[in-house]
Amino acid sequence: MDLLDILLNASFWAAAVRIASPLIFATLGELICERAGVLNLGIEGIMVAGAFAGWMTVYLGFGLWTGVLVAVLVGMAFGFLHAVLTVPFGLSQHVVGLGITLLATASAYFAYRLSLPEVTSPPKIAPFQPFEIPLLSKLPLIGPAFFAQTALTYLAFALILAVWFLLYRTPLGLALRAAGENPASVEAQGLSVTAIRMGAVIAGSGLMAMGGAFLTMSAFSSFFFEMVNGRGWICIALVVFGAWRPGKAALGALLFAAFDALQVRLQQTPMGAVVPYQLFLMVPYVLSILALVLMSRRAEVPAALMIPFNKGER
Amino acid sequence: MRLEPIANPGLARRVGLPVVALALTVIAASLLALLAGANPFATLGLILSGAAGSKFALLETLNRATPLIFTGLAAAVAFRARLWNIGAEAQLYAGAIVTVLLGTGALGLPAALLLPLLALAAMLAGAAVLLGPVLLKTRLGVDEVVTTLLFNFIMLLFVSYLLEGPLKDPMGMGWPKSAALIPEARLPRIVTGLRLHWGFALALLAAAAVWVLQTRTTLGYEIRAVGLNAEAARFAGIPVGRVMVKTALLSGGLAALAGFSEVAGLKGNLTLDLSPGFGYAGIIVAMLALLNPLGVVLSAIFVAGVFVGADSMSRAAAVPTYIADILTATALLTMVLALRLTHARVRWR
Amino acid sequence: MTGKDRGGAEVVLRLSGITKRFGALLANDAISFDLKKGEVIALLGENGAGKTTLMNILFGHYTADTGTVEVFGRSLPPGHPRAALAAGVGMVHQHFTLADNLSVLDNILLGTRPLFSPRLGKAAARARVNGLARDFGLAVHADARVGTLSVGERQRVEILKALYRDARILILDEPTAVLTPQETTALFATLTKAVALGLSIIFISHKLHEVMEISSRVLVLRHGKLVGEVETARTDRHRLAEMMVGAEIAAPKVAERMPGPALLTLKGVETPRRGNAPGLKGVELELRAGQITGLAGVSGNGQSALAALIGGLESPSAGRMDLAGDGGADWSPRAAIAAGIARIPEDRHRTGTVADFSLTENAILESYARAPMSRRGWMDWRAAEGFAQAIIDTYDVRCPGPSARIRLLSGGNMQKLILGRVLEAGPRIILANQPVRGLDIGAVTFVHNRLIAARDAGAAVLLISEDLDEVTALSDVIHVIYEGSLSPGFPRGTKTPAELGLWMAGQGFREAGHAA
Repeated sequence: MDLLDILLNASFWAAAVRIASPLIFATLGELICERAGVLNLGIEGIMVAGAFAGWMTVYLGFGLWTGVLVAVLVGMAFGFLHAVLTVPFGLSQHVVGLGITLLATASAYFAYRLSLPEVTSPPKIAPFQPFEIPLLSKLPLIGPAFFAQTALTYLAFALILAVWFLLYRTPLGLALRAAGENPASVEAQGLSVTAIRMGAVIAGSGLMAMGGAFLTMSAFSSFFFEMVNGRGWICIALVVFGAWRPGKAALGALLFAAFDALQVRLQQTPMGAVVPYQLFLMVPYVLSILALVLMSRRAEVPAALMIPFNKGER
Repeated sequence: MRLEPIANPGLARRVGLPVVALALTVIAASLLALLAGANPFATLGLILSGAAGSKFALLETLNRATPLIFTGLAAAVAFRARLWNIGAEAQLYAGAIVTVLLGTGALGLPAALLLPLLALAAMLAGAAVLLGPVLLKTRLGVDEVVTTLLFNFIMLLFVSYLLEGPLKDPMGMGWPKSAALIPEARLPRIVTGLRLHWGFALALLAAAAVWVLQTRTTLGYEIRAVGLNAEAARFAGIPVGRVMVKTALLSGGLAALAGFSEVAGLKGNLTLDLSPGFGYAGIIVAMLALLNPLGVVLSAIFVAGVFVGADSMSRAAAVPTYIADILTATALLTMVLALRLTHARVRWR
Repeated sequence: MTGKDRGGAEVVLRLSGITKRFGALLANDAISFDLKKGEVIALLGENGAGKTTLMNILFGHYTADTGTVEVFGRSLPPGHPRAALAAGVGMVHQHFTLADNLSVLDNILLGTRPLFSPRLGKAAARARVNGLARDFGLAVHADARVGTLSVGERQRVEILKALYRDARILILDEPTAVLTPQETTALFATLTKAVALGLSIIFISHKLHEVMEISSRVLVLRHGKLVGEVETARTDRHRLAEMMVGAEIAAPKVAERMPGPALLTLKGVETPRRGNAPGLKGVELELRAGQITGLAGVSGNGQSALAALIGGLESPSAGRMDLAGDGGADWSPRAAIAAGIARIPEDRHRTGTVADFSLTENAILESYARAPMSRRGWMDWRAAEGFAQAIIDTYDVRCPGPSARIRLLSGGNMQKLILGRVLEAGPRIILANQPVRGLDIGAVTFVHNRLIAARDAGAAVLLISEDLDEVTALSDVIHVIYEGSLSPGFPRGTKTPAELGLWMAGQGFREAGHAA
C-alpha cells in the first residue's frame, strides 16, 4: 500500500473527518474566547472533563444527547471559573488557564476513580452511530468522508458556519470582536466588556467540552486516562494557524487531521516497519509547532488578547 | 464590579488573605472526602500524618520535594522574565536521558568527578531543549506556551523510543527501562540508612544560588526589568532577546537537574514514569512561592507533602489520590486571587 | 452657582455636588454647574485639574463618591455609560475609543442594536452615517479600516458615533490637542453647525485662545475645585490664565544664540513602515550644538520613526546617519547612550520607567551595566542608591525615598527622574519626545527650563511635540513632519502658526513635490 492508495481510499478521508471533529469543536471554542480577548489555557482540562462527564452520563443510563448536554454544562462551569478569575479580577490568563486544566483533569480522574474504583479495563457505552445521508453518502470519496458520519460530526461542521455568522453578521459578534480589539471602544458604546468576555469564555468552554465528549461518545466508547493527550494545546495552535478566523481554523483542523490519519496508515506500510512508531506519533505535535512557525509573521492577533480590562482604572 | 488599587496594603490584608486561601483549600479537601464517603477530619489527619507524621514520612516528603524544588526554580526563573516555560517536563527528561547515557558506564570516572560532570551535562541538555522555543519566541514571535507544552509530548515519545530501542536494558526482561547507573554515578545518601540523598542538598544550593543571582547580579536585574516591562528594558538598552535566551538556558538547566537528581539519587535508571508531572507541578510551586527562589523550597515541601500524604491516605481510606492534584490546583487558584485582592479592593459599582 | 439668567434657555444638564477621590487625591471637590440648550461651555484647567475625571463621571465611566447628574431633568444612574448614551450624552474621548481593526461603520454600529438581534442592519446604517457626515461636514469613508485613518479622521468617527446615537449633549475632551490649526477650524465649524441644530456642547481644553473662540461661558477647574465661572465675552486670556494656574503663564525665555557645529546629521534616511505608523522618507536633518530643533506635525506622521531612529531602536534602511566623532556601527539603544544621546521617551509609563521597580532601579536603567553601578556582573546597590538620591535632590523629585516604587509618583515627578537619569551624564544631544505631555504647569516649566539650560550649555536638542505652541515657543529651527517626510528647517519667527498648519496638513510637501 503506497501513499496514493492511502489517499484514494475512502476510509482515509472518513478517518480524517472523524479525527478533525473534536478539534473543530475545541478550536471554535478557543477562537471565541480569544476573539473576545481571553486566552483559555483551560482547554486541555476542560476537554478531559467534557469527555468524562458525557461518557459518565450515558454510562449511568441517560441518553446520548443528555450526555452531550451535561458535558457542555460541565465545560461551562469550568469556563465560568476561568472567566471570573481572568475577566473581572484580571488574573494572569496563563496561570489561571493552567490551573483550570489541572483542576478539571484531576476532578475528572478523581470522579472516575471514585465511581469505578475496581475496574481494570474501562467500561464501554453505546456511542453515537454513523448516519448515512441518503444519496450524498454514495458520492465517491467525499460521500463516506462527509456524509456517513455521526450526528456530532455534522454538528461540528454546522457550528463552523454558526460561529462565522455569529462573529461577522450579528451585533453580538461585533461586540465580541471589538472586546478583543479594544475593550475601551465597547465600554464607550455602553456595553459591558466584563459581560461580553465572560460570556465568550463560558460559551467557548462549552464547545471545548463538546470536543472532549466527542472522544468518548463518538470516536471511542470508553473513558481512559490521558485520552485527550495534548489535543487542547494543538487546538490553540490551530487557532493561530487559522488567523483567528473560524473557516480557516476549521480548514487547518481538517488538514491536520488528514496528516494524523496518514501517519496512522503509514505505520502499516513497509516504511512503518523501519521507522519507530514513536516518530509517527510525534507528527501531530511537530505539525502544530510548524503551523505556529509558519503563521508567526502573518498573524493578525486580536489587539487586546491577554490584556485585562479594568473599568475606571487609573 | 471593578478593582481599585491599594498602594500600601496593611499587614492584616497581606497575611489574612493567603490564610483564607489556604482555608478554602482545606475546605475543598473536606468536601472531596465527604463526597468519597470518608470522614473529612480523618482524611485530613491521614494526609497530614502521611506527609509529616513520622521520620520516614517526613523524609519521603523531602525526597519528593527535591525534583519539585528544581522544577519550581525553573519556572520561577523563567516567569520572572515573563518567559512562559511550561516545558519543564521535557527538560527534566532531557536531563535524565543524558544522566543515563553517560552514567551507565560510558564514562569510567570516580564519583567525585563523574557526578558534577553528569549534573553539568544534564543542565546543558535541559538548556538545549528550551533553546528552540525561546529562539522561536525572540526571533519569530512564536508563543512559547504552546511550543513548550507540545515539546513535552514529543519528548515523552522520544523517551519511549529510546527505552524500546537504543537505551533499552538488555537485562530488563522486556520492560521499557534503561540499564542501571554504575555505582559511581549514584548520588549518595546524606545520612546512611535514611532515604534522603544529596540531590536535596543540591536543590537547596540551587535555590540559594538563584536568589543571589536575582538580587545581586546584573543578569538578575536585567531579568527582572525584562519581566516587569520589556518595552522599557529594550528602550533603556537592555538586550531583551539575549536576556531571554540566558534566562531560558538557566531555566532549562534547572529543570534538567530534577531529572538528574531523580535518576542518580532515587531511581538508578530511566523509565517512562520517572516524573509523575513534576514539570507541571513546578509551575504551581513557583506561583505559590510568588516566584521567590527561597519561597520555592517551602512551597515545594508543601506541595510534596500534599502528594505524599494523599498517597498514604488513599491506601488507608477510599479517597482517590487525585485529591492531591485537586488540592494543589485549588491552592494555586485561590492563592493568585488572594494576592490580587491584597493589592486591590473590589468596588461593586 | 449658576444664577445667571440666560434668557430662560432650557437646562439640559445639571451637575450637583460631584465629589470623587482616588486614594489620597481629591480629584473633584463638590462641583456643580448647569449646561443650557444650544450653549458651548468650556471647561478650562491645566493637566491634573480634574476635568477628565469630571467628564468620566458624567458619562458613567467612573462613579462619583457623592453628587448627582441630571440630564433633561432626569437623574442619571451612576456608573452606566449606557444610561448616559440613552439620555443623549455623547462623549469624544481624548484617547479615542476605536477598534483599529474594525471598519468605521462597525465602530459606529457597535452597541447600537440589541445584542441578540440576528442582524446588523449595515445597509441602512451606512446611508444614515453618510447623511450625518454630509450634514455636519464630517467627511469619512464608512468602510475604511479605522487603523488606516489619520488622527483628524478618527476624531470625525468619534463625533459621528455620538451623532449616530442622536446625542443632544456633546462632550469633547481636549479635541484640538492632536489637530492642525486648519483641522481645528473645521472642527469648530462642525460644532457651530451642531449648536445651530440645538445641541449643547462641553468643550474641555487648556488652550486659552480656543476657549475664547468657541465658548460662550467658561468654567475653570483648579486642583479639583471649580474656581471660576465667567461669560466668555466678559473676560480675556490673561484673566483666564490667572484663574487656571493662579498666576499669569510666562512664556519660556529663549535667548538668541549662535548655533555650533552639527552633532548629528541625517542624509536621505529611510526607515520601514511599522504597522500603521509610517517610516521615514528621504529625511534630511541637522542637529546643531546649542540649538533647539523643533519637530511639529500631526501625531502619527513619522515622529515615532524619527525618535526610534535617533534613540537607537531602529536603523536606517537607506541613507546615512552621521554622529560627530562617531561612526554608526551597530546602532542600538546602548550605542545611542554611549554616543551621548539623552533620550526622553514619549510614554514615560510604558517605555520610560518600570512601574514596579524602585526609584533606584529606575534611575540606573541606562547605566546599570557600568561601574560604579556594577562590577564584573555584580551589582553595587549602595552606589546605585547614591546615584538615585543625587537625582532626587538635584531635580527636586518629590517621593518617599529612593526605595519607593515609582508607580506611586505623579507624572511630573516621574519625568523629573527620567530627566535626571539622562541629563546627569552631560549629553551632547537630547531627544525630547513629547517631554511635557500630561504634566501640570509647574512641571512643564521645570522641564522646559532644563532643556533651555542644556541648549545654552551647548547641547543639540530635538524637541518633538504635537503642541504647535510649545514647538514655536522653544525652537530655534522648526521642521514639520508629514507622512514620514521632513520639511525644510524654518528659523524662529519666519512662519506663522497658520503657515505651519498648512505644512502639517501636507500642503507644502505637495507643492515642493517631495512627498508621496
